This record gives sequence, structure tokens and C-alpha cells, in this order.
Amino acid sequence: MVLFSAVAMRAEEEIHNIQNIFEPTSTPAEGILEIAWVVLTICAGIFVVVAGLMVYAIIRFRAKKDDDGSEPAQVYGSNQIEMAWTVIPLLIVLVLVFVTARKTITIQNMPFPEGTLEVNIIGHQWWWEVEYPQYGFITANEIHIPVSEGDIKRPTIINLESADVIHSFWVPKLGGKRDVVPNYPNQIWYEPDETGIYLGNCAEFCGTQHANMQIRVVVQTPEDFEAWLKNQQTPPREDASVATGRRMFESLACISCHAIGEKGANNGFGPDLTHLMSRQTIGAGVADTNYDDIHQWLKDPDSLKPGCYMPDMKLTDDQLKHLTEYLLTLH
Amino acid sequence: METPDSIQLEAVKRSKGLEWLMTVDHKRLGVMYICSGLFFFVVAGIMASLIRIQLAVPQNDFLPPDTFNRMFTMHGTSMVFLVGMPIIAGMANFLVPLMVGTRDMALPRLNAFGFWIFLFGGCLLYYSYIGGPGLYGAGSAPDVGWFAYAPLTSKAFSRGHTVDYWALSLILTGIGSLATAANIIVTVFCLRCKGMTMFRLPLFVWMMLVTAFLMVLALPPLSAAQIMLLLDRFLGAGFFDTQEGGSAVIWQHFFWIFGHPEVYILIMPGFAVASEVIPVFSRKPIFGYPVMVAASIMITFISLGVWAHHMFTVGMTSVANVFFATSTLLIAIPTGIKIFNWLGTMWGGKIRFATPMLFCMGFLFQFLASGLTGVMLAIVPFDWQLSDSYFVVAHFHYVLVGGLLFTIFAAIYYWYPKVTGRMLSEKIGKMHFWIFVLGFNMTFGVQHILGILGMPRRIYTYDTDRGWDLWNMISSIGVIFQGIAILLFIYNILSSLRKGKEAGPDPWDAWTLEWATSSPPPSYNFAKLPEVKSRRPLWDEKHPDDPDWRHE
Amino acid sequence: MSNSNTATAESQQEWKLPSAPKVGMICLIVMETALFTIFVVAYLYYIGKSLNGPFPKDLLEAPIIASICLLSSSGTVIMAERAFKRKDKAKFRLFWGITWLLGATFIALTAVEWKGLLENGLAIDTNLFGSTYYPLVGLHATHVIIGLFLLALIFILSITNHLPFEHVIPMEMISWYWHFVDAIWIVVFTVVYIIGVY
Repeated sequence: MVLFSAVAMRAEEEIHNIQNIFEPTSTPAEGILEIAWVVLTICAGIFVVVAGLMVYAIIRFRAKKDDDGSEPAQVYGSNQIEMAWTVIPLLIVLVLVFVTARKTITIQNMPFPEGTLEVNIIGHQWWWEVEYPQYGFITANEIHIPVSEGDIKRPTIINLESADVIHSFWVPKLGGKRDVVPNYPNQIWYEPDETGIYLGNCAEFCGTQHANMQIRVVVQTPEDFEAWLKNQQTPPREDASVATGRRMFESLACISCHAIGEKGANNGFGPDLTHLMSRQTIGAGVADTNYDDIHQWLKDPDSLKPGCYMPDMKLTDDQLKHLTEYLLTLH
Repeated sequence: METPDSIQLEAVKRSKGLEWLMTVDHKRLGVMYICSGLFFFVVAGIMASLIRIQLAVPQNDFLPPDTFNRMFTMHGTSMVFLVGMPIIAGMANFLVPLMVGTRDMALPRLNAFGFWIFLFGGCLLYYSYIGGPGLYGAGSAPDVGWFAYAPLTSKAFSRGHTVDYWALSLILTGIGSLATAANIIVTVFCLRCKGMTMFRLPLFVWMMLVTAFLMVLALPPLSAAQIMLLLDRFLGAGFFDTQEGGSAVIWQHFFWIFGHPEVYILIMPGFAVASEVIPVFSRKPIFGYPVMVAASIMITFISLGVWAHHMFTVGMTSVANVFFATSTLLIAIPTGIKIFNWLGTMWGGKIRFATPMLFCMGFLFQFLASGLTGVMLAIVPFDWQLSDSYFVVAHFHYVLVGGLLFTIFAAIYYWYPKVTGRMLSEKIGKMHFWIFVLGFNMTFGVQHILGILGMPRRIYTYDTDRGWDLWNMISSIGVIFQGIAILLFIYNILSSLRKGKEAGPDPWDAWTLEWATSSPPPSYNFAKLPEVKSRRPLWDEKHPDDPDWRHE
Repeated sequence: MSNSNTATAESQQEWKLPSAPKVGMICLIVMETALFTIFVVAYLYYIGKSLNGPFPKDLLEAPIIASICLLSSSGTVIMAERAFKRKDKAKFRLFWGITWLLGATFIALTAVEWKGLLENGLAIDTNLFGSTYYPLVGLHATHVIIGLFLLALIFILSITNHLPFEHVIPMEMISWYWHFVDAIWIVVFTVVYIIGVY
């Protein structure tokens, strides 16, 4: 029964693993695509014309086999032609500047009403701490946000901060990336119009495991999102059958980096594990939340994510078993 | 009478190696610059191949993450500072004095100093593989990316001394480049032969001059930033220490104030080569010489004010973003003018498809493509998607390989006869060209698609379900072709040294002064310093009935 | 025909080009300016951003005497240059020597100032003020010291009679460099002791 509800708590939306920026599903990303098409059309046009002229010139003016060896007419330049190929690009540039300015300002300076959903994301080497300040809980690596339906827009403001080095937050289908810089708070926003799980990566090199600093954004219907919020706000489950594992978690060094509910250090060294099993992955996307993967992760984190800061605690098989079983109850 | 002679001959032979070590001759320094550049090119190319092997398939464990990170850092740093810069310095060293009709660079000893300090800097960077771990055993060779964003470079996140080696060696190679830059400027201003007014300088010289100006203005800021970084790391200063209130963003500003002009420092010599080769093989003078000069100067000025287009995702204000987008788009105009003028030069000509010209034509198409992807990256919102993705990787490889490297190949095929007195094999040259075009476009063309599919740069591995597998595989296969082409090229260079056809002073029927002297030129370049009346002195000589100076 | 006439006319003209040492020195000065610009920008950017004291207004006192020394040395170096061009050996040595002494006084006063700052608890790793102050002022002081070496070199050559009056260029280049060092001080002074304090 426990297992069954666990499955139910985890998002079952379709996974959008192919993050084509030409198939956006969120207002800012769609805005970007609009301007991208304008620019692409112009650039493709220029390429076709100029490359076409080059090909023509190369073929038309090649030295013929039966060439008499005389020099062609020596032409030194032409002010009219120079003027033409200065002015025409200038006009194109002006158009581009204009559309860029408009789009940049609309997306970057979008005003939102008071009370818009906010998510604080804090980049760590190499995972994401996720805080819902309006609801008072912290989770990690997976961000849940509600979907817009027709005219009912449900934007989410995402505040970005870093605890160590520069990272960059990027989920291509939902919006452009924004760097996550220490001492320099940043903000982006999403307004998705399709449910599903969106994959993304850290996009600024941040050290050894930059590659495995993956992001999952779960876009849900308002009902599912509410249910998820509610679950995240409940205190951790105290399953009697795994009391040994819980005691081990508290007595071994786990709680000096990880928090479960009120217990443990809330110091940002490791992800909050209160509702670990409501997530799909551990280690920012390197493994799944199932018995085998968690067991392996506790046994030898480096085997899954070489260089990560989760230490190998040299646990005995018995400890591994109990701890894994305990963690599996944290829905 | 024979004995002293043969003794002397022996002495000359024995001291030949020593002579190269102690030379202040611009031609020898030029050759040494280019050879060291090509050596580092092979090293950094091998690193790139290892990177592509790792990325060929998803979840590959060919390279561990730290090794991979060192690879791309050393690859990028080497290609920019130990390959691009010395080859440019080498070309300028060899050709500028010949082209302006003088006997050496203006400051020959500074010139030799510049070369040796560059080489020392380059070796120091690679020494980090041995000396890098320092006391901490924290790995070897820098692994922070070639632009080394703070605070990843701080003591807290980069222990050991790898970052110190990175900063120190680049300060040293920077001093070398500054010596070259000063030399180019002084030589061009002060040592031109009689009649060589500024507006009769070959365009190659003009563009090298402009490049030298950019070096003078852009390299010291990098050194300044690196000095600050070293102060942070050794003396506990807080320039880039975010815990102390320092800013991570200001490093990016400082770095790119150098870094963007650097891109033009690297590509302008490419333009320089194209502006010599295309006219000679089209049998026409360059179209719109004054406009080409003006465009080069415009690029220089504008390129000093575009640096923050590398930082659109950092979160600057929308005003700053739009400002830098505008300046960046403006730079497309003079760059476009250049492309059109090369096209205008070919128009109505009689184009000969010798290898140098083939590489220049490859350059034209690929540089056009990279310019247009550059325009896309200048569009701020579009950049929010494309920045730091494989699209950017593709873009700048089209600039630096499709643009610069292609023209370097063109230059080597074009001036090798002048340097060695022998021609490179045209047959192998053409094979080299076509295989390299294929491999290059295969490797980097598909990387545009990877960027559009959301693949960030600098990841050492990726999951199989992201739609990236096929493109990465194609990209990696392209490397094989590039490798074959490079091997052909190296073989051609080495074998032609002995077996190449005798070149004679002027094998291409060209017009600038370097072709007026023997191949290779004597150490004094010209027995009698030339006197010129136009931009194409050798044309005037060959066509006394219709000399250029009547038209200029 | 007229064209060929102009061409011949041109070949008879004297071919004059700028002097290499001067162009080289201008290059050096431009490089140095670019280097200083970054340090100045860093200083300006970090004004008021130190998290903890001591702050500039607690410690910094405008080094008026040192500044007067350094700036007036620009005047004395011009006097020396003129004397040299007039071939007046004694005057040249006098003014050149005074220039050196003024520069040396500046460095001595800077050393005293730094000692005071260090005693008052400002080191390079204390805060952003210390981090930006010492490198900027120190970079300038380093240039003054290099200038002092060059000045001393010319002085020694002169008193040992190894500096004939035809060798104007080395002397002139060093005086250019010295003017540049003075000009940079005006910027550093403005930024550190005026803008940074108020």
C-alpha cells in the first residue's frame, strides 16, 4: 500500500526529454522563438544571396582552360557599389536592433502582480536547492510549477542565487537561460502551457560534475500541483518498520549535511531529504529513487557521480540496508 | 688556402643550431613562431580528438570528468594563446618587413625576447601537468575553462597551483604578444621604404597594423585581471572573492574587455591573408582598397565596445543588453563590407584554383556562415537560448577554424615557397583542402543542431534519451577526416622541404614586395632597398604600359 | 603624362618617417594606460563595497607633499631636457639629479604612508578597500621605482661622461616615461584620495 501511494505521489507526466528550442511550451520561450524566426529568416536570406553570388562568381569568372594568359580588366573599386553594400546592411541592422530591443524589454522587464508564485533556486556544486518561500519548504533538483490553461495564466517567478560558483539555469522549452551568480541575485519567469516533465542542465561550467547538474521542471495541473504542495508541507513520515534506519541516519554523519523535517542541518551542504521519494532522481539526475540506486549511492557515491561532495561513509552492508529502507519511506 | 676555408665551413655548420637560438632576424623568428604554433596546434588538436572520442557516445567513460575538464581548458587556452597568437605573430614577423621593403623589424632584440618569453610561457602552461598539484594534490593542469570565470578560480574551488600556472603563463605569452605588436607598429610607421605611403601599404600590412593596435589595447587588461587573480590567490586580496563582497561579474567584464577584441586579433590576420591571396588568384587588385582600410579601422574601434555580448545571460539591465546588442550588430556592417569587397575582387577576374585560393574560398563561405550565426547570437533573447550551448561552440569554431585556420592554411600554401624556396605539392594540397572541408563541416556543422536541442557546452557526458546521440556521433566522425587532412598537410610540409619544386622568386605572379626578392630571401632581404610608386609595385614593373599609380 | 611627372617629382622628395623610439615609447605608454585603466576601474567599482572596516575615510590622508614632489619633478625634468639640448652639462646634471631626488622622496613618503596604514590594520587581505588600494597605488609606485632606475642610469652615464649630447633620444624617452608616471599619479590621486574618500 505504501509503495502504491508512493508511485501515485510521483509525477507521471510525459517527459519532454528532447528540449528543442523550436518547440517551446512557455510564454518567454515562445517570445524568443518569434524573434528567432525573424532573425533566422533574415540571416538565411543573406546567406542564400551572398553565397549564391560567390558561387556564381567562382564559376563564371574561373580561368578557362584555353585562357590566353592576359590579365583581366583591372577594376579598383566603385564608390556607388560600396555605398550600396554599406547602406543595405545598415538598414537590416537597424531593423534587428529595433526588434531585439522590444523583445528584450518585454521578456526581461515583465511586471507581475503581488502574490505570483515564487521559487527560489540556489545553485550548489552540483545540485539545485529549491525553496518555495510562500509555502515554507525546501526541496531539491525538481521544481514543480502549475500550468496555464487558456486565458488563465499562471506564471512562476524563479529567483536564482548561488552558494558557491557560477551556474546557469536552463530549461530550453520553458525559457532562456540565466546565470546563477554568487552575490548577484537574478530572476527569470516561466508560464508553461503544457504539462509534463522538462529536462534541463546547468549551462555554465561549474567544476568537476557540471555535466551532472541536471534540472527537472514538473509542470502540473493546478490540482496535481496543490496536492504536491500539500505533501511537501507535511512533516516527514515516521514509519515504525524502519526505526533502525532512522536512528542510523541520525547517529551517523548524515544529518550534518542533510535535513529531514525539523531534524538535521539546514546548512545547504546537501539536499533536504524530507520528501526524497516524491522526486524521481537523486544526485541531480544521475540515478533513480529506487532501492538499488539509493543503495549504490550510499555505498559509493563516486561510482555514480565521480568527484561529487557526498562522501563515501564506509557503511556496513547492514547499515546500507537499513538506511536505504528508511530513505525509501520518505514520500 | 683550403684549410681555413673548410674550418670556417665546419664552424658555420656547427653553429647553425646556435644561430637559430641567438637570431634576431625577423624571418627566422617568424619561422620559429609558426613552427611552435603548429606544434601546439597538434597537441591541442589531439586534446580535441580525445574530447570528441569521449562525447561520441552517451555515458562514455573514456575520460574521467576532471581529465575531460582539463582537456577542454587546455585545448581552448592553447588554441588561442599558443596557436593562434604565435602563428599570427610569425606571419607578421616574416612578412611585414618584406612587404614594407625594409631589412628587419624595428626592434629586433625585443622581437627575439618576445618569441622566447612566449615559448617559455607556453611551456609553463604545459608544465602545470607536472607542477600543478602543488601541495594539495588537487589535480593537474588548469580545469576552469579558457575564460576561467571567478569564483571557480578562487583558492576555495581550485586548490593546488593549476590556476596560478594558467594566469602566469598567459601573462608571459601576453608580454611576448605585446613585444610583437609594438614591433609591428613601429616597423610600419618608421621603416617603410621610399614611396610606401600609408595608403600604399599592402592590405596585409594594414590589417596586421590594426591587429597590433588591438593587441596593445586589449592584452594589458587581461594581464591586469590575471594579476588581480594572482593577488587574490597568493595574498588573500578580494577582487573576485564573493565571500568578501567581491564581484564574480567584474571578472567577466575584465576578461571580455580583452576577450572580444582578442577574437578580432585572431580573425583580422585571416582577413589580411584573404586580402592578399584573393586578388592575386583573381588577377585583379583588391576591390575598394580605401574602404577595406576604413572597415578594418571601424572594426577595431567597435570591437572595443562589444565585450558584454558574452554576458547576456549574466543578468545585466535590459538597457545594457540592448546597448551591447546594438554595438555587436553594428560590427556586422564593416565585416560585411569586407566580404563584399572580396566578392567584388573575384568578380570579373580570372580565378585560378590553386590551393591557397581554395582555402580562401572555403574561408569566405564558412566565415559568412559564422558571421550570420554571430548575428543570431547578438539578438539578446535568442542568445538566452543559444549562449553556452553547442551552438556557440559551433559558431566560434566556424570563426576560428573556418575563418582563421583556413586562411592560415592558405597563407602557408601561399608563402611556403617564399620561406623555403620550394613549392608545396598542389596535389596533396587539394586533397588536404577537400578532406578538411568535409571533416570540419561535419564536426562543427551538426553542433549547431546540438545547441538548438539544448546541449550545454563543457559537459563530459550526457544521457541517451536527449536526442543528442546521432549528432554527437557524426561530429566525432568528422574528426577522423580532419585528422587525415592534418596528417597530409604535415607530410606535405616536411616532404616538400626536400622534394618540392623549385619556386623561384615569384611563383604566383604576385605584386607585393616580398616577391621582389629571392626565395628564401637573403638575411638582408633586399640588396638595394626598393622604391615604390603604388600599392602593387611588381605590377608596375611587369606592366610598364599600364602601371597602377596612374589609377590610384 | 602629368601622372608620370608627379611620380618623378615624388621620388625626388625627401622620404621622412617618424622616429622609431618615439613611436615605440607611445606604444608602451598606451599599453601601460590600458593596464592602469583596469586597476582604476576595479578601484572605482569597489568604492564603498567593503564589508568591514577600516574604510578610506578612516585612514587616508591626501599625500599633498608627496604629490607636490612628484608633479614638480615633471617640471625639473623638462628643465634638464632643455639644458641638455643647450649642451649645458652642469645644469642638466643638477636638474636631472633634483628630479631623481623628488621621485625618491615620493617613494619614501609612500613607504611611510603604507607603514601607517598597515599599523592601523589595513592589509591587502583586510577588505576590498585594502585589496584594491595596495595594488593600484603599488602598481604606480612600481612604475616610479622603474623610472628612478632609468633616471639614475642616465645620471650615472652623464657624470661618467658616457652621455654625449648627440644621444638626445634615450634621455628624451625617459623623460616621456616620467611624465607619463606623473600623469597616472594625477588619476590615481583623484580616484583614491578624492573620489574614494568622499
